[in-house]
Amino acid sequence: MEKLLQLLFSGVALGAVYALLALGFVIVFKATQVVNFAHAGLLMVGTYTVARVRTAGYPFPAAVLLGIAAAGLTALVVERLLVRPVAHRSVVAVAIMTIGVDVVLQTEVTRRLGIDIVSVGDPWQSATVELFGITVPQTRVAALVIAGVLLGGFFAWSRFTDWGIAMRASAEDHRTAELMGVRLGRVSATVWLIAAVLAVLAGVFLSAFPAPGVSPATSAAALRAFPAAILGGLDSTGGAVVGGLMIGVAEMLAQGYQEDLSFLGEGFSAVMPYLVMVAVLLVRPTGLFGAAEVTRV
Amino acid sequence: MSETGHARRIVLLAGLGTGLAAPFYLDVFWLQVGVFGFAAMVAASGLNLLVGDAGQVSLGHSFFLAVGAYGYAFYAAEPETGPGAPAGWGLPPLVAVALAVVTAGLAGLLFSPIAARLRGIYLGVASLGLVFVGEHILLNAKPVTGGSNGRDVPALTVLGFSFDDLPGKTLHVLGVPFTRMEKLWYLGLVTAALVALFYRNVASGRAGRALHAVRDGETAAATMGVPVTRFKGAAFLVSSMLAGLGGVLLALAFRHVVPETFGVLLAIEYLAMIVIGGVGSPGGTLAGALFVSSLPVVLQRYSEVLPLVSDSPTSGGVTAGVAARFCYGGAIVALLLVEPGGLAALGRRVKRRLVGAPERLPVLSEPTPAAHQDQAPDDMAAVTPSP
Repeated sequence: MEKLLQLLFSGVALGAVYALLALGFVIVFKATQVVNFAHAGLLMVGTYTVARVRTAGYPFPAAVLLGIAAAGLTALVVERLLVRPVAHRSVVAVAIMTIGVDVVLQTEVTRRLGIDIVSVGDPWQSATVELFGITVPQTRVAALVIAGVLLGGFFAWSRFTDWGIAMRASAEDHRTAELMGVRLGRVSATVWLIAAVLAVLAGVFLSAFPAPGVSPATSAAALRAFPAAILGGLDSTGGAVVGGLMIGVAEMLAQGYQEDLSFLGEGFSAVMPYLVMVAVLLVRPTGLFGAAEVTRV
Repeated sequence: MSETGHARRIVLLAGLGTGLAAPFYLDVFWLQVGVFGFAAMVAASGLNLLVGDAGQVSLGHSFFLAVGAYGYAFYAAEPETGPGAPAGWGLPPLVAVALAVVTAGLAGLLFSPIAARLRGIYLGVASLGLVFVGEHILLNAKPVTGGSNGRDVPALTVLGFSFDDLPGKTLHVLGVPFTRMEKLWYLGLVTAALVALFYRNVASGRAGRALHAVRDGETAAATMGVPVTRFKGAAFLVSSMLAGLGGVLLALAFRHVVPETFGVLLAIEYLAMIVIGGVGSPGGTLAGALFVSSLPVVLQRYSEVLPLVSDSPTSGGVTAGVAARFCYGGAIVALLLVEPGGLAALGRRVKRRLVGAPERLPVLSEPTPAAHQDQAPDDMAAVTPSP
């Protein structure tokens, strides 16, 4: 029972991190109709910067800020110079372009990493804390708290501020929003920036304990946020959070009970997110909360 | 026969002639580049049929290549090859090839309940899952796949003719010794040519028109009497069978297959091939496949003379594999910015300059920019001309 609780807690914490990533993916799609496969690449750029700045001896918050700056800048450059000029083309063409961007970004980061695994040097390290009778790593608690604050902050922002309303308006109907005076260019830049910020923070937690640090494995972990976004529904922010939590819990349970699942082979937990996604998509082809497609002839 | 028809014929014949003559002049390195290129052409044709003509995005192509490669190795290998060795059925190699292709097709059919339901990016990410599940199976189904060590691939023998080195019995043609690579070159050339012909005929025939109709608007296609689900399933089936065939060629060229080969990176490389070559273009596919598959090895070969590329990670500069990834990643981005039709469209442009032939009317095999508009249909677009 204690093990189950521990796993559930870890799963929810991991899921909250996936939710941050999936949310960034979803808001970019919602506001600009761009499927951003370079999301994992942005995460790697930011997290790598955090780790390198931190190992150079700067304090952790400064490192995180610099990492966010690096990823944010990259996101803006990609959005302005590459994605914007082709944004009027088909969804798939733009998606394939972001795959190209992702290949370049990831190649550069993994080239710089080489065979190193660089620690992000977070203040929690491998310390644990006793919580409601279960022992959990502090990083998981921090992830849960910070992700919760960020998610809450995002939803409040999108509901109550002018910028947030502009974003939701352009997601709803970008042509009408434009006619109403919403600056779509500014909205697009904003969501890319928010996505980059969320990605870096998620990346930091994906590389913190129990992961050894930033390595090419971090990007494989980041990739699991795609099934999270898809199973929640590509155009649903709430769905991204639910999807992230489901994926996180499923993965942790598969990992925790892997002795019982040994007939499924080693490392089964890494496949779990994709299986959950496929199972959901079989029943609901546009995800749990995704808008059903409207077909016009 | 129009002027462009003549030009096309000349290019084709020149290509085929070069292909036939090449083994007499090229060294084994270039033959190997060619053999891997032919394998990539076969599999990429399958992917382009699926993405370019049927409008179904797949990020899972490497999975079907793996099924073909491992399937052939499994069916053709002798059952008892020693303790700990992966099992095999010991079938005649040609039967094993056919079975491997059929198995890849079956894998595609198994996925079709998902493929038929999902559209656009949903399908893309779902098929990405296929790659991870595939890798997991390759690593864990040790009796068949040999786990992380991979397994050896038996050589192909057709009617007593072996596509392998036979010590002491080397075949000489016109004074040139024919080793494994020369033989595989011809095998690859013939297969790739047949597949290219097949792809061209499918795409420009009745089935192709039906697929294009499905791609451009499923409801409209259904109204015109196209069985949408059946055609989508068929596209997936044919695509995965061609991927399987490409996988068999790849396995024959490698002689030993390992799971790492068939990861996400390979799936992305195949997407890169068709985007660089030209989505929906049979000829462009061949060029794109050759370009992407040969990049790393060619860069490696010339690492000494190329600036920035080094032959080892320690001596500064980037390794050939890394440089290749930069190249094709950059090529995707650059082509989508300046010429979304890929090499095929660039070729057409050059030809227009040279021959001065008038631009042909847009044919169906060239997707219109709005062809893949499958997410968030925009009702305003119907009444206002898009910018």
